[in-house]
Amino acid sequence: MLKQTEGSQAVAEAIALCRPEVVCAYPITPQTHIVEGVGALVKAGKIENCEFINVESEFAALSVAIGASAAGARAYTATASQGLLFMGEAVYNAAGLGLPIVMTIGNRAIGAPINIWNDHTDSMSMKDSGWIQLFAETNQEAVDLHIQAFRLAEELSCPVMVCMDGFILTHAYERIDVPSQEEVDAFLPPYDPIQVLDPVEPYSIGAMVGPEAFTEVRYLAHEKQLQALRRIPEIGAVFKDVFGRQSGGLIHSYRTEGAETIAVALGSVNGTIKEVIDGMRDDGAAVGSVSICSFRPFPLDELRAALVGAKHVVVIEKSLAPGLGGIVASNIRMALRETAVPVYTVIAGLGGRPITMNSLREVLEAAGNMRLPDVQFLDLDHGAVEREILRAKQTRRAGPTAENILRNLGHAAVAGND
Amino acid sequence: MTDETALQRVKFYQTGTHTVGNRLMDKARRSVQASMDRSNAITSGHRACQGCGEALGARYALDAALRASDGQLVAVNATGCLEVFTTPYPETSWQIPWLHSLFGNAPAVATGVAAGMRRKGRADVRVVAQGGDGGTTDIGFGCLSGMFERNDDVLYICYDNEAYMNTGVQRSSATPPTARTATTPAVGDAPGNIFGTGKNLPLIAMAHNIPYVATANVADLHDLEDKVTTAMDIRGARYIHIMVPCPLGWGSAADATIHVARMAVESGLFPLFEAEHGRVTRSKKIRRRVPVEDYLRPQRRFAHLFKKGQEDTERIARLQRMADANIERFNLLGERETP
Amino acid sequence: MKQLPFAITLDPGSSLANQTGSWRTMRPEYVDRLPPCNNACPAGENIQKWLFHAEEGNYHDAWQVLMEDNPMPGVMGRVCYHPCEDACNRGQLDEAVGIHAIERFLGRIAWENKWEPFIDAEPSGKRVLVIGAGPSGLSAAYHLTRLGHAVTIREAGPMAGGMMRFGIPKYRLPRDVLDYEIQRILDLGVKLELNTKVEDVERAFAEDGFDAVFVAVGAHLAKRIDIPAHAAGRILDAVSVLRDMETGAEPPQLGRRVIVYGGGNTAMDVARTAKRLGVDESMIVYRRSRKEMPAHDFEAVEAEEEGVLIHWLRTIKQIDETSFIVEKMEIDADGRPRPTGELETIEADTLILALGQDVDTAFMDRIPGVEMASDGVVQVDASMMTGRDGLFAGGDMVPAERTVTVAVGHGKKAARNIDAWLRGETYLKPEKHELAGPESLNTWYYDDAPPTVQERLDIVRRQSGFQEVLQGLTEDNALFEARRCLSCGNCFECDNCYGICPDNAVIKLGPGNRFQINYDYCKGCGMCAAECPCGAIRMVPEIV
Repeated sequence: MLKQTEGSQAVAEAIALCRPEVVCAYPITPQTHIVEGVGALVKAGKIENCEFINVESEFAALSVAIGASAAGARAYTATASQGLLFMGEAVYNAAGLGLPIVMTIGNRAIGAPINIWNDHTDSMSMKDSGWIQLFAETNQEAVDLHIQAFRLAEELSCPVMVCMDGFILTHAYERIDVPSQEEVDAFLPPYDPIQVLDPVEPYSIGAMVGPEAFTEVRYLAHEKQLQALRRIPEIGAVFKDVFGRQSGGLIHSYRTEGAETIAVALGSVNGTIKEVIDGMRDDGAAVGSVSICSFRPFPLDELRAALVGAKHVVVIEKSLAPGLGGIVASNIRMALRETAVPVYTVIAGLGGRPITMNSLREVLEAAGNMRLPDVQFLDLDHGAVEREILRAKQTRRAGPTAENILRNLGHAAVAGND
Repeated sequence: MTDETALQRVKFYQTGTHTVGNRLMDKARRSVQASMDRSNAITSGHRACQGCGEALGARYALDAALRASDGQLVAVNATGCLEVFTTPYPETSWQIPWLHSLFGNAPAVATGVAAGMRRKGRADVRVVAQGGDGGTTDIGFGCLSGMFERNDDVLYICYDNEAYMNTGVQRSSATPPTARTATTPAVGDAPGNIFGTGKNLPLIAMAHNIPYVATANVADLHDLEDKVTTAMDIRGARYIHIMVPCPLGWGSAADATIHVARMAVESGLFPLFEAEHGRVTRSKKIRRRVPVEDYLRPQRRFAHLFKKGQEDTERIARLQRMADANIERFNLLGERETP
Repeated sequence: MKQLPFAITLDPGSSLANQTGSWRTMRPEYVDRLPPCNNACPAGENIQKWLFHAEEGNYHDAWQVLMEDNPMPGVMGRVCYHPCEDACNRGQLDEAVGIHAIERFLGRIAWENKWEPFIDAEPSGKRVLVIGAGPSGLSAAYHLTRLGHAVTIREAGPMAGGMMRFGIPKYRLPRDVLDYEIQRILDLGVKLELNTKVEDVERAFAEDGFDAVFVAVGAHLAKRIDIPAHAAGRILDAVSVLRDMETGAEPPQLGRRVIVYGGGNTAMDVARTAKRLGVDESMIVYRRSRKEMPAHDFEAVEAEEEGVLIHWLRTIKQIDETSFIVEKMEIDADGRPRPTGELETIEADTLILALGQDVDTAFMDRIPGVEMASDGVVQVDASMMTGRDGLFAGGDMVPAERTVTVAVGHGKKAARNIDAWLRGETYLKPEKHELAGPESLNTWYYDDAPPTVQERLDIVRRQSGFQEVLQGLTEDNALFEARRCLSCGNCFECDNCYGICPDNAVIKLGPGNRFQINYDYCKGCGMCAAECPCGAIRMVPEIV
């Protein structure tokens, strides 16, 4: 049913349609509206046979989900940012135990300095935990990916994170088609676990594994992701059959035919990028873009096929590997390792910094003109950074960087008014 | 007059309930451990040290829980000795469905299992979570407190051996004053763990007003089993704190595990009691009171208190005062009518 | 079955593949140690074993075990001075188990139920003569019969029982009990010839065709002493007085005031008998103090309760009709009595001497090869055989303590040796197990339990008649008392080892079958041995 609604609310309704049995919640901005929404539906009795458990931390939230999933129940939780880090140990554990939990990440920066706004640092911190990571480009896709995520997770016995940009998606009101219960039921069968805690078959789950088998266990985790690489497009196809729209999959290419410069990104920024591409195409530039939906598993082959014809690949990413540069870009380079296509990293949108069409167009043009450095920080205030570096050089006890920069910027603003 | 025979009338059984079994006693009154077809939740071949109190305590508790639940039991285990010595790949000693996730999340995982079981229509399957003192009083404390305050339907059992034994005997918040551990060495002016630290988890559990809290000890099997059985009859959050001596960490002889545990009770240092909804309802009376020295001396972790010619009488006296305070607080000599 | 995740998920109980028995440096072993009661019993009873059955209320089995060693539980439960109880480890906890009282209870219910001892030996065709129907002779006859031999007892007196009848008053041993238990022995086929004094043992071999002879004549001859007497009143001896109580038509005439001279059990018995016969004053004069008296303390206590006046540290110097001049004594540093020269006078009508007894061994002197020991008793070897081949002796006849229990033990020992000798073999006593001393026990496990007190007859009736003083136990009491047994050194199936093994390495074999160590998994921690209440497990170094 088409409706104008908030992204979080739509996701909450999608979760409800998936008939979760145990939902655990701990509040953290910006995912809070999602679990509030699910909680309200449980409390109102609109989700049959579901428990909503208010826990004392994100660590407990995922731990409760682990227990519920091991007991054979469909389990869901959501978190963001610091919360994801706080549950980090359990994130790896859920994957190691092969428990098909679905978790929404309302993507947000990680402190210090504390920042509640959007970027992808949180999800990136868990990229190698063994979870499948799907990034939604729109709220419609967020809804659809959650429905697909349960099926994918349960088929493979592997947990899935559905990542949606905090505020940009979670708090945005849009027209969203929320499917009917019948449609979802037709697509998503009941959870049939490959192992479950049961007095009839009392096996031990979570053994200690030494050097003699640990590598094999890890290989199998890798192999499972490779299986997901095959299943994600297949499930996307089934989804299209049932719901009548394309959603999910590994990557989405946009106007890449004959493109010399291709922008690559995760999540909602692709919407902006597409508009920039449209504008530049109108102006005759050979540009296109690729949106990565499945970051883990990482679709190396599909990306190579999509990017191999380009002369420049510009990765716009909302996370930073300090001391290296881009995380997504590094992965893209691996996809293009046998080609000569240069891959540029543009770090953008950290901590909620707006990514403007003008700035995007500038970097894409710069790439085309061979003027883009390997790593570029979009719209970086070079003056503020340089003044702080200088100050820190002069004074041993320079004080906290973040506050210094704020003061610095504030002072500059005051000076500008003069 | 009834037709009762002398065998039924005479209630004195040579050893009473102090031994594990007693061929003279009604089968119904014998311990689970005396039964030929006991379930052995943990079976042979586990890798616990010789004389391990935890291996014993866990089997005692879980076999009793199995009986109480008619075999419908799931155990969740925190990381620690019990987890490591029972489940090194490729072998497990558990004969019940068992789940290990992490060091600090066993109570939360158990909450999830209980919720999952309810949703799957298996509310008859009862959930026990278990961990050592580190997993319980320290790293798992947050999750435990959360499980308590939500009154989740979980029986949590702490096997307390008073330090991090699995990692090589480091201090935990359950380590008693003066005890030597790898991180509280017996050197300096205040050798061993210092006084005035640590937490009393049974009392903290009681502060959550949960339906049932009890302490138990491997030296008193019948009491332990009774408490597990009582706990299993209740729904909601329950906590049993079982003292399990560790020959390796305590420096006691492998064959002295039960003796040391008994001395802990008989000295008053480890009071056995039960509490319902935050109120102490019963305490187990000391049978033959001993001074704390009888408990301390067989353990090398307290050896510095008993150096030849320079006994640390001051610290021994402080430990005795702790025992005396327990005796008074929990009425361990039965001097008051109320618990 | 679904395909479980590799390595992380494991099949239940698969650790059985890991045999931790290889860790062991010490191994536990089940043992049977010798309980101190058994060790102390002169009759060689397996007390712990029959108590084991009695604890379960299985009195018949208990009685059968008892009967393997002792044919007269009813008698023994009354007259034995129970050295078993002095040795009992429970005595160090609270008080010893009242073994004698349970034995007496078993004797009673065996009588009530007419139980018969279990005998399955094939007849050997051998004939054995037993001389003397006292405890030793009866015991020997019983055991020889159990071993398949045909036994004849020749008794000089008119009744069987020996000193049990002629030395122990009725108020300690009612005669119906004695008669019943003797008859039960005779009913097994033992031939008893009364009033048949054997003067010529060689003739018994040569003419009567006995293959072996056991001589067990009691000490019926009273020792005498010379006391200067101007005009002596009546002087009797204790043995005669007690015998007259049994055989005389009338009780002996003792006058109003009686002095019994001596400090042994017989002195106590006769003084108490006098009291019951109605004398005004029954007194004992004894030259040492209470500490040194050979009588058991309870005898003196009971005598005093009944009004017997004991003059300690006195010797009779002179008798002048009814005046007895006694001299006060004192105990010197060596514990011997020493005269003080201080004299007193006691008035009495009758003096009864209770200064000890001898055996009439005259008929033995004539047998070639038989050697006499000092003190007029017969010398025997370790098999209780005299210097004459096939002639055995026991009881009061040989050097030993003279008690019914010792005599019964002699009878059993002699029977076993005679049996072996008749078969041309040597009886080899099974090696004794190591003693289960108090240090081998873990007494924590035993419930606190005060001993059961046997009721006593009220004092007025004790002073006026011969009804039994000490009352028997009810079944409840007997069961309670039996359960006070610690079962020292012998497994009583408390399940401790089974329950407290952290490695489940003890196998329970089921009721009556005890336990077995599973050495595949036993790590040798030793907890089973440490926590075994009764010391039935020991740790031994593992042989590598």
